[in-house]
Amino acid sequence: MATAERQVGEKRDNSEPNILLKLWRNKDTRSVILQILTIALLFAFLAYIINNAVLNLAALGKTFSFDFLGMPASYDINQRLIEYTSQSTHFRAMLVGLLNTGLVAFFGVITATILGFLFGIIRLSNNWVASRMVYCLIEIIRNVPVLLHILLIHGIIVHVLPSPKKALDLGDSIFLSNRGLTIPDPVFGDGFSYTVIAFFIAIGVIIYFRNWAKKVREATGKIYPVFLISTGILIGLPLLVFLVTGAPLSWVVPELGRFNLKGGVTMIPEFLALWLALSLYTSAFIAEIVRAGILAVNKGQWEASQAVGIKRNRILQLVVIPQALRVIIPPLTSQYLNLTKNSSLAIAIGYMDVVATIGGISMMQTGKEMESMILVMAVYLSISLSISSIMNWYNKRIKLVER
Amino acid sequence: MVLSETEKPLIVTADGGFLPGTHPDLPPPLSVHGPIHWVKVNLFGSITNTVLTLLAVYLIFSIVPPLVEWMFIDAAFEGESRKDCRAVAGGACWAFIGNRLSLFIYGFYPEAERWRVDLSFVLMILALVPLLYEGTPQRGKALIYSCLFPFIAAFFLVGGIGLERVPTDQFGGLMLNVIIGVTGIAFSLPIGIVLALGRQSHLPIVRILCISFIEFIRGVPLITLFFVAAVMLSYFVPPGTNFDLLVRILIMGTLFASGYMAEVIRGGLQAIPKGQYEAADAMGLTYWKSMRKVILPQALKISIPGIVNTFIGLYKDTTLVIVIGRLDILGIGNASLADSKWQGLSTEVYVFVAIFFFISCFSMSRYSLYLEKKLHTGH
Repeated sequence: MATAERQVGEKRDNSEPNILLKLWRNKDTRSVILQILTIALLFAFLAYIINNAVLNLAALGKTFSFDFLGMPASYDINQRLIEYTSQSTHFRAMLVGLLNTGLVAFFGVITATILGFLFGIIRLSNNWVASRMVYCLIEIIRNVPVLLHILLIHGIIVHVLPSPKKALDLGDSIFLSNRGLTIPDPVFGDGFSYTVIAFFIAIGVIIYFRNWAKKVREATGKIYPVFLISTGILIGLPLLVFLVTGAPLSWVVPELGRFNLKGGVTMIPEFLALWLALSLYTSAFIAEIVRAGILAVNKGQWEASQAVGIKRNRILQLVVIPQALRVIIPPLTSQYLNLTKNSSLAIAIGYMDVVATIGGISMMQTGKEMESMILVMAVYLSISLSISSIMNWYNKRIKLVER
Repeated sequence: MVLSETEKPLIVTADGGFLPGTHPDLPPPLSVHGPIHWVKVNLFGSITNTVLTLLAVYLIFSIVPPLVEWMFIDAAFEGESRKDCRAVAGGACWAFIGNRLSLFIYGFYPEAERWRVDLSFVLMILALVPLLYEGTPQRGKALIYSCLFPFIAAFFLVGGIGLERVPTDQFGGLMLNVIIGVTGIAFSLPIGIVLALGRQSHLPIVRILCISFIEFIRGVPLITLFFVAAVMLSYFVPPGTNFDLLVRILIMGTLFASGYMAEVIRGGLQAIPKGQYEAADAMGLTYWKSMRKVILPQALKISIPGIVNTFIGLYKDTTLVIVIGRLDILGIGNASLADSKWQGLSTEVYVFVAIFFFISCFSMSRYSLYLEKKLHTGH
């Protein structure tokens, strides 16, 4: 086709010797011209807006610099995982916010996955009552904006739950009140690090054992109860070390004082509301993904496995789940990313995440709109891009290899 | 087991079995269909199933009756303050919502001009008819009207020639959600198509640009984009230019939706068999012609459910304008909680807004399911 065009171009050359027209009619040079034009337009646009930004900043007497990150932030943060006082810097405030985002996203992802898989499987079960109930639940949850979930749950915790004085007692050591959920505070003794080490050793042993069991299975067909043994090692080894070193762990159990709860760790209502709302909202989407994934496995696969005489739970483990996961994982990842991004709605209820700290109070105080927004967006972009690149790698690994 | 009388003589083999064809008839199984059997198999088939059923029934009975009682039976529908409500009944105080319904719908739009909002709403429904209903008479011309509708509605809502101008900071309530949602969807579709085509382009620079734009949009939360609209965008226009906040929100909402739209349409484009591209090339169609006449009609058709889902997502996300101080339906509800006459009614407000969103989003998702079934014309 390119040759044909070239010929046409050459023919016309005799009548109108316009070199630009000739270049335009050639497919290859045309694409180069188009791209050069695109770049030129892009740079012109960038130059225009940067020029405007410089003029506007100058008019307001502001400069573009990240120096403000080193200045004291002088505001308080209601939940901090690392040491932070109002004397700390804006950068420190951003770190605290980032950790808060990470905390809620981490817990949210775990609960959303558990709930989502549970909902998805119940939805598929042939139990009509349970599956209908979960269906209604899923539809209600996912057709309501996530911000509304957050506000509603926060409202219920703050306005409906009793004050700490009359806190709801859940199992004698956990208290629920309008100040949040108070749980016992673990105090780690001297020898506790051995238990932690034992835990990691257990993980290593399990990985080794699983590989070995797989090799044995593929070579001889002998199947070990891998799951049971792994769970046993995972719990047993650290427990053994824990007991041998003399159980170096005690709990500070919260107690009802005259006005407030004493002792224990309190999860603030903002964290609770955000965590619950994000897990519920995301779990509804995950449930649909799981359902679709399991349904996507061809019925013939079940029948074929039965025909070769594989047991039912083995069919699930060896045939159905690996194939369903291939369908489930990519959309599941984007749900995790959505959850992380949605955690930025924390600002609506005053949970100090990365948006509320650097993009909220720090920005208002210093007037560094552009710098703070760039930082916030860079944070989210790097989270998104790194998770999606990990997932792309994983996807490539489990991808169906076709002959 | 009761053996029925048979005319055939019983022939029993040495090991106690029957020869083929000689087994006596057994009585029919007690029940293999009918409601009792169904309940037995589906609800109490196994121990897990029984536990699940009992748990579900318990949950339904512990949640639904109190909820119905709170919402309807024990609810107060009339009154002028929270006290009035509580005097009548202990449940939900819907009088609060009824009292402020116009605020929930129109925001702070001037009362004398509200007919313009109603008119735009009617015009919107008229514009939706040719889009949603295939049998519309003169569909081609009607679609041109649908394309022009956003501009007509903008004229009516903002005012101008002959109509009193209404500043956009008086827009609010449900109206604001619909404006952002409809604008987002109307403009993000063409932008999304261009981005999706650009992502598949063989020109490396165009492709890289489109990919980075899409990944950027999908990588940041919408509220940071709204923050950018609120505080940062005004830096990028020439000094002294007045740039309306609502317009900035609309631009950001549209860009956000177009990033997601591009991915939905890309899915559609990738689902088209390669033969269609090659056939279009073989016919000697230029790139744009082959896209317009062959590829896009098919790709868009498959992407419709995804497009509707993107719209539902955007529509729900319009509530986020609350973080930059614009009061949509949720924001109005949140703001009215501060009224001392009506204190402590947050649950009522949130439940009302939730029901509203549920009805609109659920009906849209049903529509997309219906389309999915109707368009499923595979070979």
